[in-house]
Amino acid sequence: MAVKSDAEITFSQELLDHMETWREKPGNLIMILHKVQEEFGFIPREAAKKVAKIMNVPLAKIYGVITFYHYFKLNKPGKYNIQVCMGTACYLKGGEDILNELESVLGIGVNQVTTDGQFSIEAVRCVGACGLAPVLIVGEDVFGKLTKDRLPEILAKYQEK
Amino acid sequence: MKTVNIKINGEPVEVEAGISILAAAKEMNINIPTLCYHSDLPAWAACGICVVKLENSPKMMRACATPVSEGMGIITHDPELHQIRKTVIELILSTHPNDCLMCGRNQNCELQSLAANYGIREQPYEVRLRDLPKDDSTPSIILNPEKCVNCGRCANVCQVLQDVWALEFVGRGENTRIAPAADAALADSPCIKCGQCSAHCPVGAIYEKDETGKLLEAIRDENKHVAVQIAPAVRVALGEAFGYEPGDISTGKIYAALRRLGVDAVFDTNFAADLTIMEEATEFVQRLTEGSGEIPQLTSCCPAWTDYMEKYFSDMIPNFSTAKSPMMMQGAVTKTYYAEKIKRSPEEIYSAAIMPCTAKKYEITRCEKMYSSGEQDVDVVLTTRELARLIRSAGIDFNTLSDEAADSPIGKYSGAGTIFGNTGGVMEAALRTAYNFVTGKELPELNIEAVRGMDGVRSGEVDIEGKKIRVAVAHGMANVGTVLREVQKAKAEGKEPPYHFIEVMACRGGCIAGGGQPYGTTDEVRAKRIAGLYKDDAAAEVRASHLNPEIQQIYKEFLGEPLSKKSHDLLHTKYTSRPLYQI
Repeated sequence: MAVKSDAEITFSQELLDHMETWREKPGNLIMILHKVQEEFGFIPREAAKKVAKIMNVPLAKIYGVITFYHYFKLNKPGKYNIQVCMGTACYLKGGEDILNELESVLGIGVNQVTTDGQFSIEAVRCVGACGLAPVLIVGEDVFGKLTKDRLPEILAKYQEK
Repeated sequence: MKTVNIKINGEPVEVEAGISILAAAKEMNINIPTLCYHSDLPAWAACGICVVKLENSPKMMRACATPVSEGMGIITHDPELHQIRKTVIELILSTHPNDCLMCGRNQNCELQSLAANYGIREQPYEVRLRDLPKDDSTPSIILNPEKCVNCGRCANVCQVLQDVWALEFVGRGENTRIAPAADAALADSPCIKCGQCSAHCPVGAIYEKDETGKLLEAIRDENKHVAVQIAPAVRVALGEAFGYEPGDISTGKIYAALRRLGVDAVFDTNFAADLTIMEEATEFVQRLTEGSGEIPQLTSCCPAWTDYMEKYFSDMIPNFSTAKSPMMMQGAVTKTYYAEKIKRSPEEIYSAAIMPCTAKKYEITRCEKMYSSGEQDVDVVLTTRELARLIRSAGIDFNTLSDEAADSPIGKYSGAGTIFGNTGGVMEAALRTAYNFVTGKELPELNIEAVRGMDGVRSGEVDIEGKKIRVAVAHGMANVGTVLREVQKAKAEGKEPPYHFIEVMACRGGCIAGGGQPYGTTDEVRAKRIAGLYKDDAAAEVRASHLNPEIQQIYKEFLGEPLSKKSHDLLHTKYTSRPLYQI
């Protein structure tokens, strides 16, 4: 189903179909927003407005949901989103030091993106790799038993690509 | 009625099944303190101040959200509960700025009262204030999220009662705050400026934009002739600020107080309500008999409703009466007809309006039609709350003032004009006059019971010489959609419209419960204020707009007839579709 919208953003047919599948079901908003984030990597404002229009849901309700759940991102993440684990084990093993160092090296805070769009930082709950604490994840790559001095080397790996 | 037997503080009592512990206690004249609870809204159980103990149970329950059940034994007050409530208040205060002296709710704040009653003298917890910017983007209200206690009343009223959805909880945990979606400014959000959020906020997180200084400055300016109008709903509510009961009519004292403040002329918006009826009823009769426009005709005197319609139901623009609101009509004739009478130019006149409403502050600049005299027709709007402050600050002993009369020739009003301030009143006023315009006779029964009352949507039929006129009245914005969707559906199916004439007021109960009225409005207060206006109507010498001698005079001397060229230029407006969000 083609849907016309004032918003200048295009949804894939798959996303539009997904919305139709969920249209009448309870709890549909979260399922739809998950799919939106899958498609864009975050929830662009225009996409939220478009969902509001197509699903006939107030935009305020959508923002209530996406600002409540940590999973949803309101800003476009960097090309490489660095997730620093703040779970109990990682935290006790110095996860916060890793995070602080990363912030200082990249010159950005949590949920911010470097000006070149290359990196963003995210503090996450336990990623289930407590044996490797402290841990950070870049895309699919997991770096465990971290120390602060290894950060430049890890960043360099992605900077080159 | 199904009942249950319970005990409150050891005393047995039989109460209606299913009511809350809070309501049951109130029936026994026991007040359980509350902060987030408001009788207009579903219980939210956010603050925890209303906790009570159950006999034979270690549990504590929130009285607002717990229904009574058979055999329940409730303890509402004891030293332990006192201590717990005090702790809750202290915790709330640990995230709340304590600049009460400079707060818009000073001496009128529910949190301040709680802190006073519980004798809070120290702050035992680390204070963690939030550094959040104020939103003063609308001309009507200021949102100061720093002061927010997250009670949820504003978001609930905006969503449940008004169906506007401008405000929502954003974020979570200690970062939760009230804001429009996507951090839009209120002015760029669907906000209709009705101010119900400000009327329901227990603290100083949302309040009216204070413009009392503007009026004082104009009074001080010797070159300005200051003319003030007061809205219908103000007369049955302002007195509350001076110890009168809701619904007590203090029209004459308000006129007198305004003169003590130093204004040059005191007029009554009720006069322009009569003028509105002349225009709107003529428009309706023409639509009905000549097919000059869309049926149903929708009333247009409520600026929050107008704003809502432009955003949410812009397909209804052709159905809207083009008549301006009474306030804007009064402003227009003040700066033209009255100005000519006193031989002053429009720019020498300062036109102020005392309104029960925050949206009225927005209305005065909403489009170029609001400048029909060549100047801004209404220069400033003060809410009832602002006028009460001004009267106090001026040292006027309101209670001992003698009644005075309004100035002529735009100050006299009919009973029809006065009931503009409550739900159903505009319809009743319009029908009294429309009946005369069609039949040449007066309506045999002036009280039109079908449109009176407090149901969210009311409808009925009025017989005008054999023709059945179907009318509907809706108040509380969330009820309006129900009626409008009926109309849209009939139109889509090519059927006859379900109604000929629909009255809409954005606020529950109408203007008497507007966003700028004294705090503490509940259904009980609404009923009293409405009764006050009907009493004013019943006691009026003239009860239909077309019989108001000053209305007859203005048409004879100045306007010609309803819908004349001059009327169109001064008394009518237009509407445009507006986006929900300007982001």
